[in-house]
Amino acid sequence: MLVDFFLHLRAAGLPVSIRELLTLLQALQGGVIGPSLDEFYYLARASLIKEESRYDRYDQAFAQFVRGVQVRMAPLAEVPEEWFRQQLQRSFSAEDLARLEKLGWDKLMQELQQRLEEQDGAHHGGSKWIGSGGTSPFGHGGAHPEGVRIGGPSKGNRGAVKVWEARSFRDYDDQRELGTRNIQVALRRLRRFAREGGELELDLPDTIHSTARNAGYLDLKLVPPRRNRVKVLMLLDVGGTMDDHIQAVEELFSAARAQFQHLEFFYFHNCVYGQLWRSNRRRMSERFDTADVMRKYNRDHKLVFVGDATMSPYEILQPNGSIEYNNPEPGAVWLQRLTAQFPHYAWINPEPEALWPYRQSITIIQKILGGRMYPLSVDGLTRAMRRLSSAGREAAPAR
Amino acid sequence: MATAANRRFQGSDTYVAGDDLRLAVNAALTLQRPLLIKGEPGTGKTMLAEEVARALDMPLFAWHVKSTTKAQQGLYEYDAVSRLRDSQLGDARVVDIANYIVQGVLWQAFESPQPAVLLIDEIDKADIEFPNDLLRELDRMEFSVYETRQTIRARHRPLVVITSNNEKDLPDAFLRRCFFHYIRFPDREAMHAIVDVHFPRLRGELLRNALESFFAIRELPGLKKKPSTSELLDWLRLLVAEQIPAEALVSRDASIFVPPLHGALLKNEQDIALFERLVEMNRRGR
Repeated sequence: MLVDFFLHLRAAGLPVSIRELLTLLQALQGGVIGPSLDEFYYLARASLIKEESRYDRYDQAFAQFVRGVQVRMAPLAEVPEEWFRQQLQRSFSAEDLARLEKLGWDKLMQELQQRLEEQDGAHHGGSKWIGSGGTSPFGHGGAHPEGVRIGGPSKGNRGAVKVWEARSFRDYDDQRELGTRNIQVALRRLRRFAREGGELELDLPDTIHSTARNAGYLDLKLVPPRRNRVKVLMLLDVGGTMDDHIQAVEELFSAARAQFQHLEFFYFHNCVYGQLWRSNRRRMSERFDTADVMRKYNRDHKLVFVGDATMSPYEILQPNGSIEYNNPEPGAVWLQRLTAQFPHYAWINPEPEALWPYRQSITIIQKILGGRMYPLSVDGLTRAMRRLSSAGREAAPAR
Repeated sequence: MATAANRRFQGSDTYVAGDDLRLAVNAALTLQRPLLIKGEPGTGKTMLAEEVARALDMPLFAWHVKSTTKAQQGLYEYDAVSRLRDSQLGDARVVDIANYIVQGVLWQAFESPQPAVLLIDEIDKADIEFPNDLLRELDRMEFSVYETRQTIRARHRPLVVITSNNEKDLPDAFLRRCFFHYIRFPDREAMHAIVDVHFPRLRGELLRNALESFFAIRELPGLKKKPSTSELLDWLRLLVAEQIPAEALVSRDASIFVPPLHGALLKNEQDIALFERLVEMNRRGR
């Protein structure tokens, strides 16, 4: 009986292991719960599901199994709020957005929810909720499979069922392919230990040496503990084509944050020019000169670009090629300056590697960077980190 | 003698545990497997171990993990330096190496004469390999001391409660050995129950209004750090101490406003700035 349940969960894409199933069976045998479906739901969750981001998929799979019928909700068919916001920003002008803001975000979402609930059957268009906007972000083929709705069919039910029907862990579902843990493990390769701070560790060779010189009387020598002192300067491409990679880049960024104590970061758009910024909200008012950044951080920083390098070749090669402002010097010059200043550099590209040869701008940038471009995958990161840490031993250009 | 296995945790007079949490604790007690607790900061993850220990009258051994903590430190440490010093001073203790083995928290919990609760707090603070280093120890509840050729086996398998703040992902092999529970942020009803436990004599109106503003603030979009249960409790404590009347917590025109002593709820200057700006916008919009 439970084997079916187990296989059902696995079929739903939940990584449950046999060991965990045995634990669950043991718990049942041990009489942890009474004969109650509610309690079984909780017990099975505690023993099989180890990540809150998978609770939602578990809820759906459980409901499916218990009722023995297809849940009419396709997984992930609902409109994620973030996606929706982005769609809004894309499809509306600034004035429209301002008008929408006035209407109130929550009200809008409520409205949307209501509409979605009203439509029980096939779901076409459904764009009426936004009378003034016209171009609804919904109803585009495929974005909304038929019969999607929010909330399950047994809304009126009381008691136990509401727990998994409510799908309250929806927000936590993420299904990442490249977990932060994997990234962190890859980033760990980039380590440079240095002894710094208080003297806390026993220096055994030195102690033996000085004890011997001290006629056998103990002479303790201490050294500061080793710490990872690698310094990283990260330049991230934001906006435009990078929107598709937000999730992956965010993960990379948060993993890097946790891994490197000395992490400085700046943003650029498409290609690096004379100015960078630190906060996207104040990117117009608060800018940093790239030249200043190069002066401020010394050569032992490892320079990591993160960007898809996808743009028009003019944006790299021509003065005034930037789509943002008039740049007196082309991006290529700035890239060369940066890589000359920081001999340890790498470019991490979220686009799949197989695609690179077909994008002219990627080829150009790769050429400028001497081929040090790596895909944003565990393998690519590992290669990039190896490159960054080994570059130190190569002869740095003497100047 | 009562073993850990046949005890049941039912919540306590100072800790409100939902059905799911109680069940997870009891499953961990029965099967003597570690229980991994995650959840927003301030939802009582650490408190859980203390309360379970108190409710079931078991001794608590707490191991607070820091970024420099090594797995070995939880087992034991061999103090070679004092031994060397003693040998130079001709101390008699030096013959027995066991004199220089310092017990770690895990060891103490294993040696406890009665079933104990072992709390490994904020396991995600340590190095990324830390959980892997403890796999065997937590699985078999035994480890060997190399220096004395001893094997330390738990007399009673302790109830191991592990908390994590999600700063680092934990390895799969580790997760598979644990029960897992995610403490959700309590809803309105549960929050009432929690506040009742902490402030049994709070005036009804004040509490209602306070919860109202609390949840309103939590629902604001864009907050970096949403106020949590512990912040609400602190705030209520302040409100009571300052004898703020219940009326001060309602705005006249049902819009959002800055409640008194909001510094107890919002602890990030960006959040406070954002909040005040929203309130200001709201006022002008009307």
